[in-house]
Amino acid sequence: MPPNHRQLLEMYRKMVTIRNFTWRACQESAAGNIPVAVPANVGEEGSAVGVCAALRRDDRITSTHRSLGHAIAKGVDIKLIMAELFGRSNGCCGGKGGTMHIADFSVGMLGANGIVGGGLPIAAGAALAAQMDGGDGVAAAFFGDGASNEGTFHSTLNLAAIWKLPIVFVCENNGWAINVPASYALSVEDVSVRAVAYGIPGLTVDGTDVLAVYEVMEQAVARARSGDGPTLIECKNYRWNTSSPVGEAEARGGLRDPVLAFRERLLAEGISDAAAVGNIEKGVEVAVGEAVAFAAAGPVPGIADALADVFAA
Amino acid sequence: MREISFVAALIEAFQEEMRRNDRVFHLCGGLGPLAGLIPEFGERRVRVCPISEDAYIGAGIGAAGCGYRPIISPGLMSFAFTAMDQIVNQMAKTHYMLGGQATFPLVLRASTGGGRAAAAQHCQSSHPFFLNLAGLKVVMPSTPFDAKGLMKTAIRDNNPVVFFEHQAYSLHNLTGPVPEDEYTLPFGSAEVKRVGDDVTVIAISRMVQESLTAAATLAAEGISVEVVDPRTLVPLDQQTLRASVQKTGRVVIVDEACITGSAAAEIAAVVTEDPATFRSLKAAPRRVCAPDVPIPYSPAMERFCIPGAASIVQGIKAVLQQT
Repeated sequence: MPPNHRQLLEMYRKMVTIRNFTWRACQESAAGNIPVAVPANVGEEGSAVGVCAALRRDDRITSTHRSLGHAIAKGVDIKLIMAELFGRSNGCCGGKGGTMHIADFSVGMLGANGIVGGGLPIAAGAALAAQMDGGDGVAAAFFGDGASNEGTFHSTLNLAAIWKLPIVFVCENNGWAINVPASYALSVEDVSVRAVAYGIPGLTVDGTDVLAVYEVMEQAVARARSGDGPTLIECKNYRWNTSSPVGEAEARGGLRDPVLAFRERLLAEGISDAAAVGNIEKGVEVAVGEAVAFAAAGPVPGIADALADVFAA
Repeated sequence: MREISFVAALIEAFQEEMRRNDRVFHLCGGLGPLAGLIPEFGERRVRVCPISEDAYIGAGIGAAGCGYRPIISPGLMSFAFTAMDQIVNQMAKTHYMLGGQATFPLVLRASTGGGRAAAAQHCQSSHPFFLNLAGLKVVMPSTPFDAKGLMKTAIRDNNPVVFFEHQAYSLHNLTGPVPEDEYTLPFGSAEVKRVGDDVTVIAISRMVQESLTAAATLAAEGISVEVVDPRTLVPLDQQTLRASVQKTGRVVIVDEACITGSAAAEIAAVVTEDPATFRSLKAAPRRVCAPDVPIPYSPAMERFCIPGAASIVQGIKAVLQQT
């Protein structure tokens, strides 16, 4: 079912939020307010938002170390994310996890993961829990082209296939695993062909087209909800160098900016108008500013915080 | 009191806890004695997994984070090392890294130890690795009574618990008294298995039985040995261990693991670092452990490497001879 008007504008809002938030976080990092370089999803907003738009709040996702897009798309409050990046106690993880461990279980974001491939088995466990619950909840695992060479990709796809787990495996192939090109590391052109080895459907989609991603994800989610088991979706993405300003996409061999492309489509197809879209963008700017203020005002954690939560009561 | 086997005691623990809470379920690499649970609980709660530990141990973590309480049994702990990332980077750390927002109640239960000519990969004692892994609790019972009570506590604990069973216990069908009525045992509670005055022997898992044999031998020579079983290594009952050493003034720590970085090494530090206990020492502490070698296959060599009553007697006498 194609998304309705409200859903389309919400998708756009989320994509702009990811873009705006990420650039602002990079600035805060350069200013020293965030202690490390921020792993950025700039250019990958289409896959994050297209996938999460097809999920319910109680569906669960795991993510990679490059999780800002997934976290925002899944509905994690950006104030809590910014505060976490700042390392403050009011962050989503109390400053304990930071850039690579953004999580909010209350909206089904089970965590970014600092280990390539580390989140796939955990997502399978979330899917197993959903299956054992007896409802129609699903899980999705985000991972990159690099992770598709890890053992956990193979063992988890097999396990999910034999148990028909309600899970969608989402590979964002941006052509790079840290700094190793997929052209060297991958034994196949398309990660999606690896689905054949596990007897599950696999397909490749243009990750820069948020609606194309949404359409295939919706089908995969319906398949999972009906008990027919997992699907592998490969989103062909392009990861931007975050030192490049917005709009230089064209210089990168004509690769499409997913946010601008969606904006153009909304206007060209009469789904929205320049004023409404402009309001969304202004609203996002305000919200991101508020997130930075929230983070900057957050308490700096102390020794007691460092020693807390090794074990639950 | 009735006597049942180590394995039977664990099965009873599983049955009782699975009846008590329908979120408790098994993920195992092979059924073995768990097959007996299927008629009552069904195959969805006693799940055999393909041999892919990284996938099913990780799935256990995910299910635990989503309201379930898995007991994950890869067979030997050696087999779990395929899932080292899931254990070290995910299982131990996620509750902490996510600021305590989710709990991961699970038991990683596996066999450990040697003495059956299965060579290095199948006979190692890996519990020392887990002591250093903040975020995991480590349980090593030596009797059926301890096993049942500690397993029930492990299942009820809201944290990841690593539960070691010496493979000799199931192999040689170790039996012991276990009450009919339900009971649990707390973590962090060591037990004095034999009272004595001349030397404290702190022993781990099957080394408890070997130490008791050594103690009986030495009793005939007029040497009074106290044997203390920590039962859980994390948390460790420092108070009971130190009190015993303060009483006797001498300590030998027996651990089947290779000596460097063994649990014995950690316990030696815990005992001697405490000023009152240190001052009470009449002799330096001594570890009796496997040498730093992978455990060899041939039984004659394996017997040399793994501590037993004879080497424990030697170790105790060496400590007594210090004064």
